[in-house]
Amino acid sequence: MKGGLFTSGYGPILIVVVALAVLPFGFSANTTLNFLGFVLIVTLAAQGWNLLAGYGGQFSFGHAAFFGMGAYGIALAQVRFGLNPWLALPLAIALGALTGTILGYLSFRARLRGSYFALVTLAFAEVFRILANASTFTGGAAGVLIPLRIDAANFQFADKRSFYWLALSFVAFVLLLTHWIARSRFGAYLVAVRENEDAARALGVDALAVKLKAITLSGGITAAAGCLYAQKFLYIDANLAFGPWISVEALLAPIIGGIGTVFGPLAGAVLLLGLGEITKTFFTWLLGGAVPGIDLVVFGVLLILCVAFAPRGVLGVLRRILPAFRGGRA
Amino acid sequence: MGVRARAILSHGSMMLKFDIFLSALANGLLTGAVYALIALGLTLIYGVLHIINFAHGATLTLAMFAVFVAHQAFGLDPYIAVFILTPLFFVLGYALQRAVITPASHGDDGNILLVTLGISIIIENALLAIFRSDTRSIDVPYGFSVMEVGPLFLSTPKVIAFVATLAVAGLLWLLLARSDTGKAIRAVAKEKTGAALCGIDVAHIYAVTFGIGTACLAIAACLLMPTFLVNPRVGNAFVLVAFTIVVLGGMGSIGGALAGGLIIGVVESLSGLYFGESLGQIGIFLIFLVVLLFRPTGLFGAKA
Repeated sequence: MKGGLFTSGYGPILIVVVALAVLPFGFSANTTLNFLGFVLIVTLAAQGWNLLAGYGGQFSFGHAAFFGMGAYGIALAQVRFGLNPWLALPLAIALGALTGTILGYLSFRARLRGSYFALVTLAFAEVFRILANASTFTGGAAGVLIPLRIDAANFQFADKRSFYWLALSFVAFVLLLTHWIARSRFGAYLVAVRENEDAARALGVDALAVKLKAITLSGGITAAAGCLYAQKFLYIDANLAFGPWISVEALLAPIIGGIGTVFGPLAGAVLLLGLGEITKTFFTWLLGGAVPGIDLVVFGVLLILCVAFAPRGVLGVLRRILPAFRGGRA
Repeated sequence: MGVRARAILSHGSMMLKFDIFLSALANGLLTGAVYALIALGLTLIYGVLHIINFAHGATLTLAMFAVFVAHQAFGLDPYIAVFILTPLFFVLGYALQRAVITPASHGDDGNILLVTLGISIIIENALLAIFRSDTRSIDVPYGFSVMEVGPLFLSTPKVIAFVATLAVAGLLWLLLARSDTGKAIRAVAKEKTGAALCGIDVAHIYAVTFGIGTACLAIAACLLMPTFLVNPRVGNAFVLVAFTIVVLGGMGSIGGALAGGLIIGVVESLSGLYFGESLGQIGIFLIFLVVLLFRPTGLFGAKA
């Protein structure tokens, strides 16, 4: 390995990020920018999931817990405490990371693995959802409305492209972080724990510490996605922030794109949400009215097909048929 | 003047409080029995296949809609529909396990989890696409009829559900303890390689077990529908309750599922009485988390 731009694996990240950065010059319609911004939010949430599940092997079914902490954190800091959203952002991310640490400490110390861990994360997300829906501090079932004050200093942009580029910078940062982790000692420990936790422990890996570090990072990243969501739509409620939809999409995107790879969550989110839009449009055209849930039916079918026929996701399939993609493998 | 009003007037206020407590307790036990029936299917599948079926809640919703459609389109009473839907759902479960879950998951536990999650997403959202998110119920003549048991007035459909659950649990126990299929199921649960060496068709037994677990849901749906509402998301509420029961009773333990179901039913009913409906729900989740985090083998210590 020479350590050049391309052999180190940073080259492809640079190319993808630059290509995404110039997209708004070609597609400047508001609906397109809204869609692309949403894709990046889901990507970011999925990147958090991928770090914990893809690299660490700990399958969470409740990443909404972290997403919601970020969304409620940034919204309530503004509405209840009058904080500037730029100041609230790191606090909300820290809240998500802390939630990850606590949740991880409780479940990993109890040696919960596999399905048990999935169940616990799901239950935590549901508890948060019910609490946020019932408590007056979180605005109850009415949710939280962030007052409209369009100003870059207030994390609200007049130009939709600005939001897109901001979200892209988050995604780009996590792409680099993931790539760096994958090649670091910590990343190697993480993969060792995924492949065989008992063997890793026997070789001196502190599995609990490694998993805790991973879930903390994962919680922080997914909370950042929640922050972006709250600032994009300026409204959240318990079902949006802590609802199962984001747990499912954060998990589907990496699995469909390529689990445990740097680009998996991004590729999966683009494919998933793109396909979702096409499905919705098609059925609306076919039946003359919107059909709720039809995109999720397609997602479910896609999930089963991927598990059955493409365990390394779409990127794995591409890598098998196109030799050029093999170079990007770390 | 109704029987109930006379009964209330004839008691003092202390007695009244006790009566309310007693009726909440009884109602909890009655509801808990149906929870137990749902959990029974889940725990049986876990005990034999060692997988958590995430599609359990969605399958229950599907069964409840099947009861709804049978009633609306064909005028079938739920207590008659049960004899058609139970075998139908057995076949559905058998086919799902044999044709979808096994081939798609390549024998990996994480994959099984994802495939059942996929099935649940498909069922839930297909129902949403067809029936929309409206809440529906069926109208049966006995829906609101009550029975007088001592000082209590119990909903007749709930008492029927309670008795039927005990009967189903008894039948299931007989099936597992006495029949050849039951012996094969227990053999596979204990030692699948050994069972295969003895000539037991493990794939068939897996599918039969999944079928029985799914058939339990059809029975539960028929027992629930006279008193419950159905919408595409209703299964979610039941499935976490069922997971809690299974964890509480010990994964794979049938007696544990029965006891766990009754306990959870009572806890939900009493905490609903004293703390209000939404916090009653939190109580269940807290039990779930505490048991899972601090005593993952369940209250009765059954080995998973």
